[in-house]
Amino acid sequence: MAFTNEQIERYSRHIILKEVGAKGQKKLLNASVLIIGAGGLGAPAAMYLAAAGVGTIGIADADEVDLSNLQRQIIHATKDVGKAKVLSAKETIEEMNPDVTVNTYRTFVTSENIMDLIKDYDFIIDGTDNFPAKFLINDACVMAKKPFSHAGIIRFQGQLMTYVPGEGPCYRCVFKNPPPKDAVPTCKQAGVIGAMGGVIGSLQAMEAVKYILGVGQLLTGYLLTYDALKMEFRKVKLPTKTDDCEVCGANPTITELIDYEQAECDGVGL
Amino acid sequence: MADFIIDDTVDITDVVCPTTFVKAKIALEELEEGQILSVKMNDGEPVQNVPRSIKEEGHQILKLIDNGDGTYDLIVKKVGD
Repeated sequence: MAFTNEQIERYSRHIILKEVGAKGQKKLLNASVLIIGAGGLGAPAAMYLAAAGVGTIGIADADEVDLSNLQRQIIHATKDVGKAKVLSAKETIEEMNPDVTVNTYRTFVTSENIMDLIKDYDFIIDGTDNFPAKFLINDACVMAKKPFSHAGIIRFQGQLMTYVPGEGPCYRCVFKNPPPKDAVPTCKQAGVIGAMGGVIGSLQAMEAVKYILGVGQLLTGYLLTYDALKMEFRKVKLPTKTDDCEVCGANPTITELIDYEQAECDGVGL
Repeated sequence: MADFIIDDTVDITDVVCPTTFVKAKIALEELEEGQILSVKMNDGEPVQNVPRSIKEEGHQILKLIDNGDGTYDLIVKKVGD
C-alpha cells in the first residue's frame, strides 16, 4: 500500500518521527482497536485513534446521548442528544478522518457477546463506567489473550493500567473481585470533572498507539493514578506474582465469564 | 559517466514543507541499506532544508545535480534500516 499525497500530509507529523516513520504509520492504518463505552474515556480515546489513522475502530455502547453527557463526552455534540452513542461517535470519526472504518455495536458487553466482540481486534480499550463490565472485559481479554487498557475516573481522580498477555498482572490480580453493590459511588452520583476523561482517555489512546507501533514501555505491571486537585501522578508498581490469580494464574478457577450484578444506578455511560 | 546506480526516484516538486522531506523519507524507508535514491526537488526552501534533514537521519548525500530548470536531483545513499 502506497501513501497518497493527502495521507503523507495528514500523517506527516507522525512519519517524521523516528519511532513511527512510514512503516509505523502503515501499522496504524492496518490496526484495529475496540473501544468499549463511548463515554468520558472512550470519546477522547476514539478521537485520537481516529486522527492517528488507526484503520479500524470498533465502538460498543448501548446508550443514547444524554444532555448530561456533553460536559465530558466530546465526541458527541448538542445536536446528537437522543441519538445512539455509537452512531454519533461514528459520524464524528468519519468527519475527522476518511481513512478510518468504524464498526458499531449497539449493545452492552455481556458474557454472551464479549468474546465475539473482541476476537477480531488487536487492542481493547475499557472505557466503561461500572465494575461488572470492567471485570468482564478483563476476564475475556485474559481468556482470549488480548491486550487491553483499563481505566476509571471519578471526581478529580483517574487511574489506568495496561494488560498484555504474559507480561504482568491483570486487573483481577490487583482488584480480585468487584466491590459490594453500591459501596462505591458511580460518576452519576459522585460527579467527574470533564477534562479527567480527556487526560485518562488520551493516555489509553497513547498506550494503544505504542502497542501497535511496538515502541517504548507500556503501563504493564504498573497502575498510574492521577489526582488532579493535588496535581499528582503516581506510577505504582504492582506485584509481579500472578500465579495465584483466579483468572490469569497458573491454575485458574474462573474459566467461564461472569455477569456480576450491576449497582442500582449504574449503566449510565461515563 | 555516472559513479552510482540509481535504484529509485521520487519527485517532491508537487508538495511543500514539511511534506517534501516526509515524501523523501518514505521513499528511503522502502529501500535496502546501501541503495541509492534520486530526489527531484525545487530550488529554494526544499533544496535548503531537505538535504539537511536527510543527513540528520543518518543517510549519505552523494551529489546535488542542478537540472538548470529550477529543479535539482539529490542523490542519496541509504544508511541503516
